[in-house]
Amino acid sequence: MSVLTLLVRRGGNGLALLLAVLVLNFTLIHNAPGDVADTIAGDMGGADAEVMAQIRRDYGLDRPFHEQLLAYVGKLARGDLGYSFFFNQPVTELLLERLPATLLLVLSAQVLAIMLGTVLGVIAARHPNGLLSHGVTIFALLGFSAPVFWTGIMLIILFCSIFPVFPVAGMIDVTVEGGWFVKTLDVLYHLFLPMVTLASIFLALYSRLARASMLDVLGTDYVRTAQAKGLSEFQVVYKHALRNALGPVVTLAGLQFSGIVSGAVLVETVFSWPGLGTLAFQSITARDAPMVLGILFFSSLVVIVANLVTDLVYSLIDPRIRIGHRG
Amino acid sequence: MRPIRKTFRYAAIAMLAVAASSVSAEEPTRGGTLIWSMGGTPRHLNPAVQSGIWTGQPGAQLFATPLRFDENWNPHPYLAREWDISDDGLTVTLKLVEGATFHDGHPITSSDVAFSIMTVKANHPFKTMMAPVESVETPDDLTAVIKLSKPHPALLLAMSSQLLSIIPEHIYGDGQDPKSHPRNSEDVVGSGPFKFVEFKRDQHIILERNENFFIEGRPYVDRIIMRIIKDPSSRTIAVEKGETLLATFEANPRELARMKENDQLVVTDQGYAAIGPLVWLAFNHQREPTSDPAVRRAIAYAVDRNFIINALLLGAPTEARTGFHPGSIFYEPDVEPYDLDIDKANQLLDEAGYERGADGMRFPLTVDFGSAFTRPHAEYLKPQLKKIGIDMTVRASPDFPSWAKRVSNHEFDLTWDVVFNWGDPVIGVHRTYLSTNIKKGVIWSNTQGYANPKVDEMLDLGGRELDAEKRRAIYSDVQKLLADELPVYWVHTLPYHTVYSKRIGNPPKTIWGTSSPLDEIYVRPE
Repeated sequence: MSVLTLLVRRGGNGLALLLAVLVLNFTLIHNAPGDVADTIAGDMGGADAEVMAQIRRDYGLDRPFHEQLLAYVGKLARGDLGYSFFFNQPVTELLLERLPATLLLVLSAQVLAIMLGTVLGVIAARHPNGLLSHGVTIFALLGFSAPVFWTGIMLIILFCSIFPVFPVAGMIDVTVEGGWFVKTLDVLYHLFLPMVTLASIFLALYSRLARASMLDVLGTDYVRTAQAKGLSEFQVVYKHALRNALGPVVTLAGLQFSGIVSGAVLVETVFSWPGLGTLAFQSITARDAPMVLGILFFSSLVVIVANLVTDLVYSLIDPRIRIGHRG
Repeated sequence: MRPIRKTFRYAAIAMLAVAASSVSAEEPTRGGTLIWSMGGTPRHLNPAVQSGIWTGQPGAQLFATPLRFDENWNPHPYLAREWDISDDGLTVTLKLVEGATFHDGHPITSSDVAFSIMTVKANHPFKTMMAPVESVETPDDLTAVIKLSKPHPALLLAMSSQLLSIIPEHIYGDGQDPKSHPRNSEDVVGSGPFKFVEFKRDQHIILERNENFFIEGRPYVDRIIMRIIKDPSSRTIAVEKGETLLATFEANPRELARMKENDQLVVTDQGYAAIGPLVWLAFNHQREPTSDPAVRRAIAYAVDRNFIINALLLGAPTEARTGFHPGSIFYEPDVEPYDLDIDKANQLLDEAGYERGADGMRFPLTVDFGSAFTRPHAEYLKPQLKKIGIDMTVRASPDFPSWAKRVSNHEFDLTWDVVFNWGDPVIGVHRTYLSTNIKKGVIWSNTQGYANPKVDEMLDLGGRELDAEKRRAIYSDVQKLLADELPVYWVHTLPYHTVYSKRIGNPPKTIWGTSSPLDEIYVRPE
């Protein structure tokens, strides 16, 4: 089956899935106690009945549920994600404003976790009962089980307060003047701690998985053959074995993309990182239905695309896997 | 009768004396950047149609108001160089300063004032502020005459801080809904000490010095950067490191305690008297047994206010015995304080006929809480009220709207609540006790369902009394009566604090704190 057919079939499934996600979430938000009028009144320190009724009229919240749902889906079909109730700004605009920050954070944390995790896992697998292996296991477990906001705050205290080498919060320092190079460095400088914090959760998963998978592979016949024909240890481990051990790691990486929004909420909050996670959280507590639906719509898209990409990557690292071949 | 004008004159003399002495102490530094951290992001920056502290702080820098207040509740001229209240209290005349312009160069006229008052009247959530305004006449470019349907002493405070931003008619009068006007977030034009540069939601607001500000020589600071940092401990570390020089509306007791230990920082609760945030335990008067005053009093006697303030909150808040903020000129401390007395509480319940069952309990109640700040308060009630035989259930709400729905629909027994005074009692105090304000579905209306015709009458009188002393006497009586009836049990202030580096000169001290124009603040060089 060609890549094109795969894309078409997956696209169809994806659309149906998107619609289901939207209807389900619309229903959930609609049935959550309180609405955006309550939140706006709360934000403003109070409001009278007339003001609240006006807010509900303005946003069509006084209309029956099915009318609201149909209106929303209709607009979406025309490519319009609507207006955020809370911010009075087009949802698409807000999404695009926040997306780069989240992508930068999540992707860099993933790359760091995959690379470091794989290396640590391989090192641990080579001497499964050695001190180093146990060290990696303990380190990984700590990173995984510590609440991510706690890790974040600890890193802030350590590297911003006790040894003040990193900035406390935000993505840029607006007082920094200079060209794009200086500004990029400034962003990377701000990125470091949140990236490490977010990577700490994934690192555990990847290193444990890489270790287990590597142990499996190292015990197979072809590795023994490679060793027998006199290849160096490095070549055996990193060229022959690692390639086959990477499969599960890639699967996991693909799955992790579903957490692109949810996984980053806490880290974004602790580091005041202006991404989608904080926006999503804020929008849910504000009952800002169009904003929440916009974010969910977008993250569903990301998951669907990520799964597709994962499949394509499989075929690259393991030619035995054929695209679209369902065994 | 012009008592208010008189007060103003005396106050102005006092202010001049204070100003003179502070000038001799140190010449303010000009220039520099004030970096300021805020814990929340505003919906937008136009206070004429959006209330709340996150809009109010940048809003007061961007938009000037007719009046401003000092730290002793005295009004001072701002955009209005003079104001006059007619003897019957039905006409308020404002004379605007000459030559004042908006940031885009348009002159400010009485027509902008009339437009702003009518926009606020139609769109601001605090309807009581401008409700008595019938019309605003503009006999000439610099005179605005406000016609009222009844005497309205609250108007003076309602013309200050973030409550009456003078917005440009040539921008907001274009027929679009001012609540969703695009210029509320972009290219915002006011006439305050600072001009709009950039607003990035959840990141920062950048303002720069208005070189054509109508007060000669001000402001002192060249630039203000408000950094939006939602995590309280990150804000603490930022101000400790000197990354930020000012942090406002800080209420976390642990963070405050930590910052107080830093000798480079000043931590003060001055500047929150007008906003007047209070924490209280509300009772549902439309349900038994909380409809019984004996039960409410017994609960008040059983709750240890000192324990809450000093043990739960590390001494950060101030005791509040009534529904007026202790920093208010109307605060009456001489009321029944309901100091801890378990025996008396038990006796009250015994006398009222609530007998203990086999398990030692008289009746069950649930307690809600509206913000994470009052979670410890709610949990504290369980063991504490067990001592007087009340079996408490703590009911948490997942978020604000869930709680607001329950409470505003009167589906609760007890709830911890945080409510703000918002300057004048007419704006933020009356709403809790007026029987006419029992409105289902509206949070921070009279959600208790408390009704007493005598209280209604007294509040109405207080709301229209122009004589400051008489007005104070009326509110004093109201507080005594309410403290006896206990519609809610007032416990303490929400411990809002301002934290600033010792490099800051002329820190914000007025009753509106950082929600007033910071044209006098300056930053000493490092």
